Amino acid sequence: MTINWFKYSAPSTFYGLAGKLVPWFAWLSAILFATGLYIGFFVAPTDAVQSEAYRIIFIHVPASIMSMFLYLIMAGYAALGLVFNTRLSSMMASALAPTGALFAFISLWTGALWGKPMWGAWWVWDARLTSELILLFLYFGFIALHASIDDPRRADRASALLAILGSVNVPIIYFSVKWWNTLHQGSTVKFTGTSMHVAMQQAMFITLTACWLYAIAITLARVRSIILERERNTQWVDELPEVRS
Amino acid sequence: MNWGEFFAMKGYGFYVWGSYGVALLIFIIEIALVRHKRIITLQQLRLLRDAENEE
Repeated sequence: MTINWFKYSAPSTFYGLAGKLVPWFAWLSAILFATGLYIGFFVAPTDAVQSEAYRIIFIHVPASIMSMFLYLIMAGYAALGLVFNTRLSSMMASALAPTGALFAFISLWTGALWGKPMWGAWWVWDARLTSELILLFLYFGFIALHASIDDPRRADRASALLAILGSVNVPIIYFSVKWWNTLHQGSTVKFTGTSMHVAMQQAMFITLTACWLYAIAITLARVRSIILERERNTQWVDELPEVRS
Repeated sequence: MNWGEFFAMKGYGFYVWGSYGVALLIFIIEIALVRHKRIITLQQLRLLRDAENEE
């Protein structure tokens, strides 16, 4: 069986597909959040060094990972839109930016609430924290630049360049704990394995998956409005039941 | 373990629940904004269409 993938790169077909997928991703995400947090709070043991404060990890690490991955995906879509001039790719980039920014904010917020009891400071100008803050500003820059240009196609191109240039920051965040002497600890989960308790690992991977599904659901829901806005002069939008009523 | 002890988180309750509470609040606000945006977008489309029909 061959699937025509290009069919779904047309906003008209993707709009309907996205609408069907949103509830599935949303409910799965809710179920996984509940499962992950149950394991994280009731099954995973108390940490020997950090006592109960370590339980922030089940939101802090997934949110941080999401903020970085979503930036790369956003830059990837923006680049596709720039190179192939595909409308939907640029719309996806615009739809991903607010969610990425919110995950970056959650990462910094939960980091501050973890830093205070463990390091004695809400914030330090350490390489990991600073580069994550720059990531949040890159998201703001992308959103603001896109909003400041009236012609949507020109806005797509300008913000795509910013997104692509800014993606240099993502490996800097990831490797910051290796390259510099940071107060922030090194990676607990490495490609070579981890020293974490198995229940802690499970809880973290489940909440990470939940964050992924949440990000997909909210992005698809958001891109549907962007598609409607930008395709409003087309016949297929006029013929939609939700527009006709 | 009782619930009081659970919420106290051995003295780290403020930090732990402050983290999860704000994250949950952000998710709720984001979902509300996306829903609101859809309603507004559909309203605008209908207004535009009606304006065109009157011309």
